[in-house]
Amino acid sequence: MAYSEKLLDHFKHPKNVGTLDKTKKSVGTGLVGAPECGDVMRLQIEVDEDTQMIKDAKFKTFGCGSAIASSSLATEWLKGKTIDDALKIDNMAIVEELALPPVKIHCSVLAEDAIKGAIKDYKEKNA
Amino acid sequence: MAVKSIYLDNNSTTPCDPRVVEAMLPYFHNIPGNAASRNHPFGWAAEEAVDYSRDQIAQLLDVDAKEVIFTSGATESDNLAIKGVFEMYARKGNHIITLETEHKAVLDSCKKVEKMGGEVTYLSVNRDGIVDLEKLEAAITDKTILISIMWANNETGVIQPMKEIGAICEKHGVLFMSDATQAVGKIKTHPKEVGVHLMAFTGHKMYGPKGVGCLFVNRKNPRVKVTSQMDGGGHERGMRSGTLNVPGIVGIGTAAELARLEMDADAARLSALRDKLQTGLVNKLEECYINGSEEHRMPHVTNISFKHVEGEGLMMTFNQDIAVSSGSACTSASLEPSYVLMALGLGDDLAHSSLRLSLGRFTTEEEIDYAIDAIAKGVTHMRDLSPIWEMYKEGVDLDAVEWAAH
Repeated sequence: MAYSEKLLDHFKHPKNVGTLDKTKKSVGTGLVGAPECGDVMRLQIEVDEDTQMIKDAKFKTFGCGSAIASSSLATEWLKGKTIDDALKIDNMAIVEELALPPVKIHCSVLAEDAIKGAIKDYKEKNA
Repeated sequence: MAVKSIYLDNNSTTPCDPRVVEAMLPYFHNIPGNAASRNHPFGWAAEEAVDYSRDQIAQLLDVDAKEVIFTSGATESDNLAIKGVFEMYARKGNHIITLETEHKAVLDSCKKVEKMGGEVTYLSVNRDGIVDLEKLEAAITDKTILISIMWANNETGVIQPMKEIGAICEKHGVLFMSDATQAVGKIKTHPKEVGVHLMAFTGHKMYGPKGVGCLFVNRKNPRVKVTSQMDGGGHERGMRSGTLNVPGIVGIGTAAELARLEMDADAARLSALRDKLQTGLVNKLEECYINGSEEHRMPHVTNISFKHVEGEGLMMTFNQDIAVSSGSACTSASLEPSYVLMALGLGDDLAHSSLRLSLGRFTTEEEIDYAIDAIAKGVTHMRDLSPIWEMYKEGVDLDAVEWAAH
């Protein structure tokens, strides 16, 4: 399968790989997917309490090249956004940006779910 | 050291040996005849070349040249054997036994037979990928006409107990067909020695050309017949019509002769390199699992799962340099992981994490050294990216996690 340059770049040089301290109140974690499905995405955000701005985002992903690139791109987009704006990130924007082939669209869906999951976790912690 | 384009995917296809290419070339232009043209020298020259190739193949298999039917490849041979026996022996019975781990060419031919009113038993294999002989014998009924079991598996390289299966077939008067695509030309495959009555294989897995294959059909004790699946001029004793692919046939014949002469040396060299590759990776990396029997295995193949790493992503870390294949779902259109590995009892996660490394005649030690480093680096990189590797390292029981399956 021929992938786009952007996708390959995110795969080869993934941005924001890592782990945030999930016990912190300011950190929200989204863990989606399942090992038996061939992809697991963990996306974490650290939110500034006063501005509701995402000041850091990290990911780790078990999955194919598209899943890794989708999560890398998602963390880049998240940083600097308010959580309300982050909720507006649509999986199709990821599909477009990375030129994902049709069989890989589920990777972008997973990334969107991971974003939503992380925000939900943060909100629950801070409710 | 920069080694470019290392090919460790010889189970999908082998490069044509330059000696094979050289033998084929005259038959495109200089000797252009149709082997069925009986009335002029062009036809005679082509026929002679075909006869010579048939002899070369017969020698490799230790069979009579008349028992070699040329086809377009192993898929066609599998189709011809299974559907052809089903139609030819309809009065005797309608039941076929095969394995869950067979190639799709066999499985889908069996599915077609079911649609045509046949009954097919798909036997499971054990953890090593090997058929259970007791289960096999127990599955035979008075309607059973054919047992179709591959010689060696394409994904794992696991070799089935051919002689024992042959004995069971003999005892029950059932025909024995084998898809020997991965075995012919690489290990000894003498059908008569093990009681195989029909055997399918192809040129392009044994350093010959694509688009040409064979079906061995036993002529004596028993005399086996198959109903043709391709009708026309009655070529190949009426079993497979169609103008013979003379350059291709010259190619597969030459490949067969080279295999006969060089197989033992190739196998010894490749099994040492394969072992080096496998040991190199297992020593460098934790949590590697070898899939399928190591004892009953083709000399040039290893199939390894690297836990908590997804195969397609892993391949992307080195596929500019090294060509391999994976049982991961992401490499297939169906998004299902390898059914062969699943049949061995691997969980989905390990099936997704597998690489098949298949060496060939042109693989060098330098390439293996490079591959060990590159693959190990790839696995380490992917594990650094993997949340489940991190959880595993933290001692999280992954089976206890409630995953959001999708």
